[in-house]
Amino acid sequence: MFIDFFYHLKNHKLPVSVKEYLTLLEVLRERVMPPSLDDFYVLARLTLVKDETLFDRFDQAFALFVKNLPATMPAGPDIPLDWLISQMQKNMTPEEKAALEKHGWDKLMEMFKERLKEQKERHAGGSKWVGTGGTSPFGNSGYHPEGIRVGGPSAGNRTAVKVWEERRFKEYDDQQELGTRNFKVALRRLRRFAREGAAEELDLDDTIRSTARNAGFLDVKMVPERHNAVNVLMLLDVGGSMDDHIARVEELFSASRSEFRNLEVWYFHNCPYERFWRYDTGGRRVYTDTWELLRTYNTNWRVLIVGDATMSPYEIVHPGGSVEHYNKEAGAVWLARILDAWPKAVWLNPEPQAYWQYRQSIDVVRNIMQNHMYPVTMTGLEAAMRQLSK
Amino acid sequence: MKPSQSPPNPRRFAGTDRYVATDDLKLAVNAALTLQRPLLIKGEPGTGKTMLAEEVAQALNYPLLQWHVKSTTKAHQGLYEYDAVSRLRDSQLGDERVRDIANYIRKGVLWQAFESDLPTVVLIDEIDKADIEFPNDLLRELDQMEFHVYETGQTIRARHRPLVIITSNNEKELPDAFLRRCFFHYIQFPDRDTLRDIVKVHYPDIKTDILRAAMDHFFMLRDAPGLKKKPSTSEFLDWLALLLAEEIDAARIDAHASTSIPIMAGALLKNEQDIGLLERLSGLARQTRR
Repeated sequence: MFIDFFYHLKNHKLPVSVKEYLTLLEVLRERVMPPSLDDFYVLARLTLVKDETLFDRFDQAFALFVKNLPATMPAGPDIPLDWLISQMQKNMTPEEKAALEKHGWDKLMEMFKERLKEQKERHAGGSKWVGTGGTSPFGNSGYHPEGIRVGGPSAGNRTAVKVWEERRFKEYDDQQELGTRNFKVALRRLRRFAREGAAEELDLDDTIRSTARNAGFLDVKMVPERHNAVNVLMLLDVGGSMDDHIARVEELFSASRSEFRNLEVWYFHNCPYERFWRYDTGGRRVYTDTWELLRTYNTNWRVLIVGDATMSPYEIVHPGGSVEHYNKEAGAVWLARILDAWPKAVWLNPEPQAYWQYRQSIDVVRNIMQNHMYPVTMTGLEAAMRQLSK
Repeated sequence: MKPSQSPPNPRRFAGTDRYVATDDLKLAVNAALTLQRPLLIKGEPGTGKTMLAEEVAQALNYPLLQWHVKSTTKAHQGLYEYDAVSRLRDSQLGDERVRDIANYIRKGVLWQAFESDLPTVVLIDEIDKADIEFPNDLLRELDQMEFHVYETGQTIRARHRPLVIITSNNEKELPDAFLRRCFFHYIQFPDRDTLRDIVKVHYPDIKTDILRAAMDHFFMLRDAPGLKKKPSTSEFLDWLALLLAEEIDAARIDAHASTSIPIMAGALLKNEQDIGLLERLSGLARQTRR
């Protein structure tokens, strides 16, 4: 059975469920595919992996699984297919077996060996693609299975071995603790419902009231649907040490975009001072006085400051500490003003929480923020949103 | 009794003369057909996700029922809608239709598919546009292929389990419970050979050198670092149509490829920042060559 395969995937942190595993068995029993390793790879991915960001992890796990097969099976490069077929046969009825025989599994094996042979010949020719020999799924280090590229129309599935070795989905694998969905769910805790916009829902109470007033003649009243009407001001640290966190912050940013309808974003570098900026279409900074912002947005606005707070402590506590310009008043003063104007403010720090204790500046900012600094993780965001919605 | 006990459908999807399907895509469609499970399709915009349902329906000769999802779409709209307000209004006017509640029930796409005499293909297009809970509300309907109409007390059961094809553009992630019940296929951006096949389907008599030059330029564009929106297959086809209409030859395309942004870039690039970026890149390229 493929039980080992299932646990192998689980060990590689792929979220496969028993239901999906049973589906895979069902697919194999239904003979959707001819019994080849290539198609098995495609089908296993089709049934077990539901997210293209996990494809790369699956490819790696699959390659490793196929590679480790010879350890438990008799050695030899043609074993995986052989083993697979014999495993499948255990699950098959005699009729199915007969059908398989008719397909010519010997012929399949022949083809497979032929391809291997041809591959070796090419290897002797010294083509470039042979270089990655160590990753061969068959345990022989001299060649790469990508080389199993045989002409002829019957070898229709020739790309699959290549597929998992090539790791084509590498760029989709984010490896981040959070996807945008999780961000969005966490951000949803911050909700202030209000009805505005076009009237789309039946207002039952009002309809009954006006119908009664109308001497029983129906008078339908509609109200707008409820929307999240919370106002969020986002202050984003950009550049410098924040470059390491771009992906994470972008996710947070796009999640906020779709979750909050009233979202205003301003940028700063390292620490807020007397001015913030936005970018014009040419990518140039357009500055606005912090005083201006403090006047524009009233206390109902929730403030998310996103920054790694990683800098020299002087940049926070001393006038003139900014790395970009001469600031008359210290960053700490400005931070205090921001907290004064918007009591509902939190600092989100993309830096892993474990490092916080080693950075003096993080400590300083955290003190100013009265401890309302949260990591950009699921739990951190939830805690931050709970603080903001209090 | 589960309707799935009807004999498995012997039909197979093998692509059509207007749609080039890769082997793994065919396998995915056939697996979904055989096991009668929904097939979730993701992929870059313009890789033919929606087209797939149309072509599968045509190839199998099944009717196609389409449900285009919007941000305001609710799951029950795919089953049926009960128009209580107009019934209330009609009752005031003494309309006879009021006596039968069925007159105020409008059938949704899934209802139509379930009661169809033929097996159908149901397309649920851009499921990620709807609310985050939308897919969860359809779990039972897609799993058991039946639902209950509270107003009339009927239970609607599928006569033939339809082939459900669902597309998503990745705007929202889908709930796990929903994903577990689906097959998942990610349509990759076509490689050179597949793209050539696709072009041949649309423009059978295109000259080889023009196609070669256009593809060179197109893949170069897709490789350009930092593009906000990479041009897609459908945009490539539009661009080819323009090139053919203007009777531009391969030499001119090549000349443009090395010196500036492509001829008629508007068909390929939909973002003025991208055009700006390319202009800067090609400017750099010119300088280094001097």
